[in-house]
Amino acid sequence: MAKIIAGLASSHVPAIGAAIDNKQTEDPYWKRVFSGFEKTKEWMAKVNPDVVIGIYNDHASAFSVEIIPTFALGCAAEFPPADEGWGPRPVPIVKGHPKLASHIATSAILDGFDLTIVNKMEVDHGLTVPLNLAFGSPTEWPCPVIPLAVNVVQYPPPTGKRCFDLGRAIRKAVASYPEDLRVVVFGTGGMSHQISGPRAGLINSKFDKSFLDRLTKDPKGLAAMPHLEYMREAGAEGIELVMWHVMRGALDDHVREVYRFYTVPASNTAVGNIILENVGKTGKKPAAKKKAKTANKTAKKGLRKAA
Amino acid sequence: MAKAKPAENEYEDIPGTFVFNAERSREGYGINMFCMSLMKDENRKAFKADEAGYLKKFTLTPDQTDAILKRDYNRMLELGGNIYFTAKLGATDGHSFRHLAAVMTGSTQEDYAAMMLAGGRSVEGNRSKSGNDAPAKKAAAKKAAPKTSAKPGSKAKSKSSAKKRK
Repeated sequence: MAKIIAGLASSHVPAIGAAIDNKQTEDPYWKRVFSGFEKTKEWMAKVNPDVVIGIYNDHASAFSVEIIPTFALGCAAEFPPADEGWGPRPVPIVKGHPKLASHIATSAILDGFDLTIVNKMEVDHGLTVPLNLAFGSPTEWPCPVIPLAVNVVQYPPPTGKRCFDLGRAIRKAVASYPEDLRVVVFGTGGMSHQISGPRAGLINSKFDKSFLDRLTKDPKGLAAMPHLEYMREAGAEGIELVMWHVMRGALDDHVREVYRFYTVPASNTAVGNIILENVGKTGKKPAAKKKAKTANKTAKKGLRKAA
Repeated sequence: MAKAKPAENEYEDIPGTFVFNAERSREGYGINMFCMSLMKDENRKAFKADEAGYLKKFTLTPDQTDAILKRDYNRMLELGGNIYFTAKLGATDGHSFRHLAAVMTGSTQEDYAAMMLAGGRSVEGNRSKSGNDAPAKKAAAKKAAPKTSAKPGSKAKSKSSAKKRK
């Protein structure tokens, strides 16, 4: 059976992509950002998932104002990088996993999530920048990636709770997929930033840090945050953070925070990165606990026998 | 925006912010579709060759046309443009995003970059037009949040305030 083993959240600032493409990652300004993702890359290489489900938003690349799907699941075999005005990013074509993707669509739709199915879609920095941050710049992405595009461009985006519950539905769908696959879910976007209007440049580190804390410890409470609070506290575009709840909802209630990184700024944005592992699946602790339990049982049995 | 809007439009109280809602999206459809057309090189060339003529291909009000021709980015947002779309106009002009940010905040690019390096624009004093400026949940505890940091005006004119920041 397939299973979700961990989640990773990361900002997807376009300037980070430009810095990679223009080979500026060693510049002091950018080194501060990229050095924070070294541990993430190490973790990713160690975990080596079979599939990534990438929750992201399109920035007027694949979708204009003609069609605005709230949740669009990429079921295609391939997703080419979009031309965002400077030519497509020189990154590998994203290879999908059509079988698992359509299984998720079927399961989630029957579960009450009316997903839009997309069989042709170009993907922009929203998806490819986090892939770079997690995998570096290989000639091919190391595993298939299923893109799930969330509308956060036109208000209102789906609520945090709805995103969280979609994560739950994705978890259920993955768990019922017959093939043995280890899946990691990416939540992307954020953290605090506003790039529009006279208030552009807004950053709220206090909000961001609290968001990171609560993502691990109080995910349901955090997912109940109203949109107004994101926009007021984390900037008009900070509302992208709702996408992190999809990732969190796809994980167990109890997770282990493996790593976290936060820095300000990358261009106009606060950069956040967090890795959460399902305690029951990949952590070392539960294995030890299980052993202890079995040991206990044996001991008890032994006692009974002795009695 | 009319003042007595239902609670769902409470976000109109956030200063210096034009939330791209359904109403703005409907109003600004022409602006955004024009910007979207700039994804193609031949369209960029046609626009640059005859800006006013090119804009006639889209359903735009005279105000919207004027805002585009003048590159008044805040006005475009106010009239229904969305930043991810209008950024394509900036790119067509060969401008970096920092240029757009400086224009929208009434700052210079250098000042804007310096503000970001210093941690960005503080949320203190920038939460509310109506003075409800405490963090949502601590509103009662922190009654008077300091209102000193770079506070954008609700309209485009925010030059002086943005310059206050280092």
